[in-house]
Amino acid sequence: MSFSSEQESIYLARRHRKAKLFALFCAAITWSGVLLLGILLYQVSIDGFRWLDWQFIDSFPSRFPERAGIKSALVGTVWLICLVALISIPVGVSTALYLEEFAGKGRLAKIIEVNIANLAGVPSIVYGILGLAIFVRYLSLERSLISGALTMSLLILPVIIIASREAIKTVPQSIRYAAYSLGATKWQTTWAHVLPASFPGIMTGVILALSRAIGETAPLIMIGALTFVAFLPEGPMDSFTALPIQIYNWVSRPQEEFHELAAAGIIILLAVLLIMNATAIFIRNKTERRLK
Amino acid sequence: MSQFPDPAAADQVQIMHKKSVLELRNVDIFYGDNRAVKDVSFNIRRNRITAIIGPSGCGKSTLLRSLNRMNDFVEGARVEGELIFANENLYGKDVDPVSVRRRIGMVFQKPNPFPKSIYNNIAWGPLINGYNDSTDELVERSLKRAALWEEVKDRLHDSALNLSGGQQQRLCIARALAMEPEVLLMDEPCSALDPISTAHIEDLMFELKEKYTIVIVTHNMQQAARISDYTAFMEMGDLIEFNVTKRIFTRPAVKRTEEYVTGRFG
Amino acid sequence: MTEKQLATASAADLAAEPGKRVTINKSGIRWGEALIKSWLGLCAFISIVTTAAIVFLLLSETLKFFESVSPAEFFLGTTWTPLFEPSSFGVLPLVWGTMIVTVGAAIIAIPTGLASAIYLSEYASDRVRRIIKPVLELLAGIPTVVYGYFALTFVTPSLRNIFTDIQVFNALSAAIVVGIMILPMVATLSDNALRAVPVSLRQGAYALGATSYEVTTRVVVPAGLSGVMASFLLAISRAIGETMAVTLAAGQTPNMSLSMFESIQTMTAYIVQVSLGDTPSGGIAYQTLFAVATLLFAITLVINIVSQLILNRFREVYD
Repeated sequence: MSFSSEQESIYLARRHRKAKLFALFCAAITWSGVLLLGILLYQVSIDGFRWLDWQFIDSFPSRFPERAGIKSALVGTVWLICLVALISIPVGVSTALYLEEFAGKGRLAKIIEVNIANLAGVPSIVYGILGLAIFVRYLSLERSLISGALTMSLLILPVIIIASREAIKTVPQSIRYAAYSLGATKWQTTWAHVLPASFPGIMTGVILALSRAIGETAPLIMIGALTFVAFLPEGPMDSFTALPIQIYNWVSRPQEEFHELAAAGIIILLAVLLIMNATAIFIRNKTERRLK
Repeated sequence: MSQFPDPAAADQVQIMHKKSVLELRNVDIFYGDNRAVKDVSFNIRRNRITAIIGPSGCGKSTLLRSLNRMNDFVEGARVEGELIFANENLYGKDVDPVSVRRRIGMVFQKPNPFPKSIYNNIAWGPLINGYNDSTDELVERSLKRAALWEEVKDRLHDSALNLSGGQQQRLCIARALAMEPEVLLMDEPCSALDPISTAHIEDLMFELKEKYTIVIVTHNMQQAARISDYTAFMEMGDLIEFNVTKRIFTRPAVKRTEEYVTGRFG
Repeated sequence: MTEKQLATASAADLAAEPGKRVTINKSGIRWGEALIKSWLGLCAFISIVTTAAIVFLLLSETLKFFESVSPAEFFLGTTWTPLFEPSSFGVLPLVWGTMIVTVGAAIIAIPTGLASAIYLSEYASDRVRRIIKPVLELLAGIPTVVYGYFALTFVTPSLRNIFTDIQVFNALSAAIVVGIMILPMVATLSDNALRAVPVSLRQGAYALGATSYEVTTRVVVPAGLSGVMASFLLAISRAIGETMAVTLAAGQTPNMSLSMFESIQTMTAYIVQVSLGDTPSGGIAYQTLFAVATLLFAITLVINIVSQLILNRFREVYD
């Protein structure tokens, strides 16, 4: 079958038009995602802005919206993040080091690897149930900061492990061989060369994992973080509340003012997350430039 | 992990004065079921340069890596036969590979300095192995032995990655020398370098010969002819001929050797 | 010479002092190294313990549950009123609720996510990528409770302006918001999958005179299909496990109606409901929590495993 040259150029023009429309379509969809983010942030801001003042940060929650604040929630979140970092970073990075440097390629390593990938996809509420049964009930740690921290650590452990492994994998094998050829043991090589080289990548992964932990609500609900806390926790065994819990509590109330309070709380939460993510991106850019 | 010396063991003196520092006896090296090196036997003489030459894939690098147990890191690699060093079989049951590598050093094909300062590149090896003398002297001594001191003495704390390729390779040599190895293994050390750097390193090897024993793998026949005292010619895992270099290149005993060195194949 | 000096003495130095030698034997295990390796291995073991604990916990309580309630009633029953009298334990309404929210979210997120991925990998300049990629990361990092808030205060009111008979708590709102939540996941993972397709494949197609539309839809996407499909499955799994947004937006009434304008209850929302109330441990109500959680866990596990299989099966294509 052959086209006349006129038919051919019409056909060609149609194909080109189709391609252009398609490109425009994809671009439009993508940019509307950006627009959506803008709408979301704008909405939250105008709802909550008028409540955002020092008194808001410095007060405890209250039945009266004018007097309510997020002090206990903010302090609880800070406590939580510190504890989670203390627990999950050593365990997560150690696991990644074990899998990459010490474990070899046997069946055990493969099982652990598949296991971690599956754990990464388990819904956070299941981790909450686990935390409830083991930390709160079985170990009798009650509804304390440490229960929450342990539960959250388990939740983000797979994220840290996977990100750290990726970072460790980028260290060239030639560096390790150079160290071994000088009569160094595996750990000496890992400590002096592999860890420092993969540190930025690990840090980025850790920060992103921690920012995920900050925003999680369901596990904390499960282990019983309280929703009306008018005191500050003083130790890991104290009960607590956290930013997302407080926000959830306020959103669930029917009154309009509490919704606006929730919006104010969200602004603070997003601000914290923004700072953390910006730090992670900054670290990542700095390393990429160095390698170039 | 070295033991304290036994003064009563006078026969130990023999080891230090023996002509051969490393003896290979019927060495086979397997990668899984594939026999990459077949029944190789020859001696490495102290304070000489021994070259291993042969076409690509003949097993020369595999053999070299077995001399300091770097093959241990390859999955499925297995060595049979004996490699005698300091009166021990390197692959004996009680032998600690980490200590082997302290005594037998290696320089790799592509320069691989650590992403640290020049100073720390050299000082790190001895330090983790218990060195507690002056590291400044150690660094200066090693860089001088590698003919790099003059070029970097004013920037010892700069990153090693800022050096040129030839300088990096000399740094790697200095780093290996800082460990004071008895044998220095070199795996095609010049193949990633330009001709001028190559000439520098070849001159260096002549100087090093006085204190160290060198085993070099090279695919550059002319290089082997220029610098080595003994040459081993391998093909497809077999040791075809091992002899004084001059004879290998002028009057080889085996026809196959003659074909290779005259360029008829490879 | 001290032991340490001996370790680094040169051959020549040693030769000058007869009787001294450096051995290359092992003299005992390196304790420090062994200890460190044990610690690292122990940490790795924690991940296995976690999985074992989850499975053991869920299964043991679920088995207790099935002592009182027959599996047939649980899996096939269509009424879910475990906390009231007369109690009924048919889980299908919860599954249905989860499903319509997930399907709705998928309808929103999958086409748009894929389109965004195509835009990012095939059309966007580097500058554009540098803007959009962080935006996607930001969207992905927004906590789910924020999406719940957004659903209640923006999406639902907007929907009520358009469809007047939509309830305050409805499935559509939840579906929209969950869709937005998983969109970045689809976009980023699919973008990675498409970028992994070798440039040479594209160039070959262009050299045959194909337009960008044809190259993208007939060469690139099919080549990266395994990664793209894996991203869909992972996003769906995430939507199924999503808790806060659906709890806030979709309500607490389990029902099996086909309308998305009504309130429903997902499996996750039910679990939250039970734990926020005062449920005595050991009672049948407590056990329903585990039964539903086990079902949720099983569903997401199967989807995750399938997505991993797809990824692994087709990854060798380029190597």
